[in-house]
Amino acid sequence: MSKIAVDNVRKGFERNGKAMPVVDGVSFSVADGEFVAIVGPSGCGKSTLMNIIAGLDRPDAGSVRVDGVEVTRPSPKGIVISQHGSVFPWLTVQENLMFGLHDNPGMGSKEALADHYAAMVGLKGFEQSYPHELSGGMLKRVELARALVVKPEILFMDEPFSALDALMNLRMRNELLRILAEERHTVLLITHDVEEAVHMADRIMVLGPRPTTTQATFDVPFPHPRRLSSPEVQALREEILRELGVEA
Amino acid sequence: MAQARVHGVARLDLKRLREALPAVAVIAALIATWWLVVVKTESAIFPTPLAVLAGARELVEDGTLWDHIGASLMRVGIGFAMAVVIAVPLGLWMGWVRGAYITLNPLFQMLRPVSPIAWIPLAILWFGVGDVSPVFLIFLSSVFPMIVQTISGVHTIERRYLWAAANFGVSRYTLFRRVVIPAVLPQVIVGMRIGLGVAWLVVVAAEMIALRSGLGYLIIDSRNAGNRYDLVIAGMIIIGVIGLMLDGAMRLLERLKSVRWRYVR
Repeated sequence: MSKIAVDNVRKGFERNGKAMPVVDGVSFSVADGEFVAIVGPSGCGKSTLMNIIAGLDRPDAGSVRVDGVEVTRPSPKGIVISQHGSVFPWLTVQENLMFGLHDNPGMGSKEALADHYAAMVGLKGFEQSYPHELSGGMLKRVELARALVVKPEILFMDEPFSALDALMNLRMRNELLRILAEERHTVLLITHDVEEAVHMADRIMVLGPRPTTTQATFDVPFPHPRRLSSPEVQALREEILRELGVEA
Repeated sequence: MAQARVHGVARLDLKRLREALPAVAVIAALIATWWLVVVKTESAIFPTPLAVLAGARELVEDGTLWDHIGASLMRVGIGFAMAVVIAVPLGLWMGWVRGAYITLNPLFQMLRPVSPIAWIPLAILWFGVGDVSPVFLIFLSSVFPMIVQTISGVHTIERRYLWAAANFGVSRYTLFRRVVIPAVLPQVIVGMRIGLGVAWLVVVAAEMIALRSGLGYLIIDSRNAGNRYDLVIAGMIIIGVIGLMLDGAMRLLERLKSVRWRYVR
């Protein structure tokens, strides 16, 4: 059984009294532990699709199932990491990490668990800092750690690193891959950055322009760590870009 | 090290002093003009700044000034505290529950523009001439701005924070305690600043009509009992200075660690 099963999901919005279809019948499935990237042009409805899959929004038609159970609302089983982030500015790094933790006598103290994950993403020494004292890259680490600490089965990443500069973007990708090698999560990544998708994903789905449907799917057979400059990786990247209508 | 720090502090004070200079200059010029005009026109009734100062000293020496200040502050303290206790929970509720908002908001929007001064006759009718009337008027004056600010605070919580909380599956209690209340707190403080400002405005006005103590009473009584305009102006200046201090005290709340995020960047 697949981890995530998306079945013919449709969603539209109403603007100026006119119905505007955004997601027009998308179906796919993600296996347990698989890393699937969804790429598509800006404004094609990727984020709408992600919100539906994460349970933050409901589809007009079709369904999303996680472990065979229909998704009707968000749950800690799949944590969303989005472009603008949602680290609570009024809580310290440690308090942010402890936010989703429940009291659990068998698991040791919440503080210790939070600090463990803070260290894992390179935030050691910043546990008592407030978000406004951190840089953009460090905020992303807080967000990532806060998601990981609740041990989600799925990570929903919506353009997670696109607000970062190119160098920090690359560094965060490497961090994520290192963490994923340690803790196996199922990942659904939404991005407009084809290189990011080719760098990390096992499979890449290309969405068409709005109203969006699945246009093509590519397997990424290269083992990690991937060399982005290798000819095979570059060839795949160009093929995907062509699919998106861009000559590379 | 300590030397350097002392030096740094001295430099900071110097910078602050320089920043305060224009404001001080304007006030000094105003006092000078006042003085000049009173002397030139040989006014028999309008006091010079020196006479005002002498009047203020008289009030300090016979101790009545402290009684008046204490009375006014006490009324503001009680009325304002009651308003906070009512307005913040009510604002949170109205901001969170749409039904409460659409039911109560029109009423409050209608009551809000009615000056508390217009309530004085009703206050006297209901509570008589005593300490309760001004406290009631202060409560009225500050409760509405605080309700409105708190509601707008709830309404402007960014959706991504509520979504994140929903994503982590926290209880309603945790959602309120860890997300809604801290997110709204900066707006509540803004509401409290506005509320306390209006309360101070109103206590003086209320005391002019209804009572035997307080800074408002001092002003009206000084005029009625022999045209003591030196005391009238001294009272006005004291009201202004205390108002400034109250606002400064409220602004200290903005330094709370849990609301710092709102004021940086």
